[in-house]
Amino acid sequence: MLKALHKTGLVFFPAFDWAIDPTHPEREERLLYTQDQVTEEGVFDIPGIIEYKPMLATAEDIQRAQFCVPDEASITTESHLISAGGAKVIADAVLNKEVKNGFALIRPPGHHSMRVSHGGRGFCHINIEAIMVEYIRSRYGVKRIAIVDTDCHHGDGTDNIFWHDPDVLFISLHQDGRTMFPGTGFPGELGGPNAKASNLNIPLPPGTSTEGYLYVINHCVLPVLNEFKPDLVINSAGQDNHYTDPLTNMNFCAQGYAQLTSLLKPDIAVLEGGYAIEGALPYVNLGIILAMAGIDYSGVVEPDYNPEKLKQSVSITDKIKKTTDQINNYWAQRFEMREAAGTPGEIQMRHKEIFYDTDNIFERQKERIRICKDCGGCFEIDSQATPGFHILGVHIPINACPACIEKGYEFFDKASKEKFDHVFLMDRPKGAYHRK
Amino acid sequence: MIIGLDVGGTHTYAVLLSDKGVEKSVQVSTDHADLFNTVLSGFTRLLESIDPARIERAVISTTLTTNAIIQQTMEPVGMIVSAGPGIDPEFFRTGEHYYAVSGSINHRGREKAPVNEIQIQDIAKKLVDAGLEYVGVVSKFCVRNPSHEILIKRILNKYFKKVFLGHHVSGNLNFPRRIATTHLNAAVFSLHKSFFEAVKKSLAEKGLTVPIRILKADGGTMSLEASMHFPGQTVLSGPAASIMGAIPYAPEAQDAIVLDIGGTTTDIAFLVDKAPLLEPVGIQRGRYKSLIRSLRTDSKGIGGDSVLRVKDGNLTIGPDRQGPAMAFGGPLPTPTDAMIVLNVMDTGDRDKAVAGIETIARELGLSIEDTAEKVFKTCCTIILKKTFEMIDQINSQPVYTVHDFLEGYKLSPQKILVLGGPAPYFAQKIEDLYQIDTLAVPNSAVANAVGAALARTTCEVSLYADTEQGIVTAHEEDFAEPISKTFSEDDLMETAYTLLKEKAINSGADPENLEEVEVVEYQKFNIIRNFSPRGKIFRTKMQLKPGLIKGYETMLH
Repeated sequence: MLKALHKTGLVFFPAFDWAIDPTHPEREERLLYTQDQVTEEGVFDIPGIIEYKPMLATAEDIQRAQFCVPDEASITTESHLISAGGAKVIADAVLNKEVKNGFALIRPPGHHSMRVSHGGRGFCHINIEAIMVEYIRSRYGVKRIAIVDTDCHHGDGTDNIFWHDPDVLFISLHQDGRTMFPGTGFPGELGGPNAKASNLNIPLPPGTSTEGYLYVINHCVLPVLNEFKPDLVINSAGQDNHYTDPLTNMNFCAQGYAQLTSLLKPDIAVLEGGYAIEGALPYVNLGIILAMAGIDYSGVVEPDYNPEKLKQSVSITDKIKKTTDQINNYWAQRFEMREAAGTPGEIQMRHKEIFYDTDNIFERQKERIRICKDCGGCFEIDSQATPGFHILGVHIPINACPACIEKGYEFFDKASKEKFDHVFLMDRPKGAYHRK
Repeated sequence: MIIGLDVGGTHTYAVLLSDKGVEKSVQVSTDHADLFNTVLSGFTRLLESIDPARIERAVISTTLTTNAIIQQTMEPVGMIVSAGPGIDPEFFRTGEHYYAVSGSINHRGREKAPVNEIQIQDIAKKLVDAGLEYVGVVSKFCVRNPSHEILIKRILNKYFKKVFLGHHVSGNLNFPRRIATTHLNAAVFSLHKSFFEAVKKSLAEKGLTVPIRILKADGGTMSLEASMHFPGQTVLSGPAASIMGAIPYAPEAQDAIVLDIGGTTTDIAFLVDKAPLLEPVGIQRGRYKSLIRSLRTDSKGIGGDSVLRVKDGNLTIGPDRQGPAMAFGGPLPTPTDAMIVLNVMDTGDRDKAVAGIETIARELGLSIEDTAEKVFKTCCTIILKKTFEMIDQINSQPVYTVHDFLEGYKLSPQKILVLGGPAPYFAQKIEDLYQIDTLAVPNSAVANAVGAALARTTCEVSLYADTEQGIVTAHEEDFAEPISKTFSEDDLMETAYTLLKEKAINSGADPENLEEVEVVEYQKFNIIRNFSPRGKIFRTKMQLKPGLIKGYETMLH
């Protein structure tokens, strides 16, 4: 009999009446054929697969993860809130042990949305995974979380939000930034001084096929996870590595995605990008669902799948092996790197420029972080958007030490109302969000 | 005058309705081994001293198909399925003669792999050798493109009496359910056909020659001729009959709960503005899942004759029945006995009822009176708890648009209608306990037969238009037409309405009962490839809502 090996929760929210604009890839039609495939396969009838209705995320949910400028309502639509709320529903189902794992098939996506969000970047306005992760930490007290982002684009938003967080391991596999939006995610981008190598960026050459992906999973991601020992594994399940995706140049396939899911065994998967809506998504999503539920997925093959045509060249294989070795080296030296990053109490600064391709905004950031060995360290971000606002956001991490809490309030108190349009304080230990 | 006959689990009821209301009702015992004689004796007794020429309409609801499933007496039939990519079709095996074949159609209805005609020929020979007369053919995504099913049927036609095709079953997507439903239609076809031909013949001999209508699980009727293509639709028409019988007493523009409290089980259903709620996809009972349109009902194993027991100091009720209440000579105490003890009911042998409840009272350490009260209250609580769970479930059903998420209909019933033998007693108690306006449906013992008698014809059409491919289809109705790029929502609705009307008339609807049309679903998508529009996809489902025929009010009020 057809039965899920373990209970799997699904939130399916295709937002059939929402698009960024009518001809945008992030449009109503995107999950239509996925819904057709999943419905025709009778997936929702399979014993052990449970469909949940999403809920609306609130401003408070977003305020645990991001500074929205000027506020949450101005840069989100209901669809964003339902998308983030859908991820929350899956998190609840998993953490309340109603299901073993869960998959939120939601849109719009979120992984390009950063700690400060002035609007839409890479089709993302708010960061769905980050909102979910911060909800899980606050609601369930889960300490160590790993996010593996398998979208073809560097998950720079999630990377940014957890940049300084040693308790959240962020690993992104993506097409090399020299050939792909957003142009970042190189191996040397390892996270902030207090959290070196808790962000691992693994760029893959264009033309990487299933073999290459699974090599990285087996030889880097799984060993790292094994050492990090997360309490929860989250997969940002972008599906644009597919060989038919119109925006990317990779050669991954539905079987590959399903195998990746079986290997990674995520507790929660959240859909990200993927724009081959007819030829890829129906099969990739079906493959991921079946893999999560522990059901045989060997029959889930694209009608035009031809493994011979998709084979990767030897030079690609070599490049991938080199990158993997490099990442493993960084990972092995993480504690030394953190030790060498600075003296506790010292303030370090970095500058950052961010372009919002969806909303055409240019942002300059000046970030100052307190070096700390006892927690992730508090930091402030001075952010000027053009066109837009000049703001300061202060973040005190959830497990902050007393010194960082004190410093965080100092950052906030010192910020002058004349200089900034808005000043925000995210006090995670208290669960408070202040603005002035 | 109108006849309604409903074959129930224990009794079969038949009513004769005129414009003055219920003129006559009869009750015969249901003989599951001989349903033909059950139905016939119902008619015979009802028509005694009635001129059959005065009958304008006759509707039958039977348990024929339901029994065939439960008793596993369905006829062995062949099944040929073509799946293409996806879940292994072996999981959906219907029996010994089940063949998964090559060929594949994708979600847009495009052929991805052809049918292998030689393979079909070989299977046809095997099925013939096995002595099978009926075959079902189902291909994945046939509702988008049935050409593979049609081709396979052409090859099979000369070998078999009838070939059933998946795309005729429903416009809904769901391959496993389509396989189960097509199989059911094929496997009960000859049983259904011989039964109703015999009924028709016998009634004709009595002078009753009006077209016979048959009740479906969605609370609507279809003509005998239409039923021959989809005999599976008659499954579980019993609960539907009762729910339809409650409609005359339902409030307008409000939601209501219907409880049919029987001997062994209680059926629960919902009415929205006098129209019953339907299952979103099709009937499901436990592991059995189908695409058969059906009222949204669920049942709880509790009724007037459920056995009372004490387990670990706690009272349990049902789910089994071991005979009638002790007051009527049964072996074990039941909720009916409790009601007799409480003098709520004034029938049967009260001493026996008291003796029965006393055994429970002793174990619970309560007085006889308190025990009876506890039993009665617990029954109501169990039934209402299940009802509220169903409401929660209906209201938390996933939706797929922002609009439905924010504005979706929330079921909030303000009235309860109770049917079945103990209805009047329960109605009062439920109202006392829950402060919800509760009514025992008048004449509630024959409400099911009345419901069957007055049910109108229902049907649904599903249309799919794709302006990129230039076609509008309703494959369930064997309909496909070319369209231009300018095809609009209005064009779609007009086409849908024409098809719906045609289907309704073909299923035996009276022209005056074609007004309750409802658009169940409508979606429109722009097809964009490489940042430029290529066309539109439109989808709609339109139905004739279940409800009662015009003029019933004058018959019942």
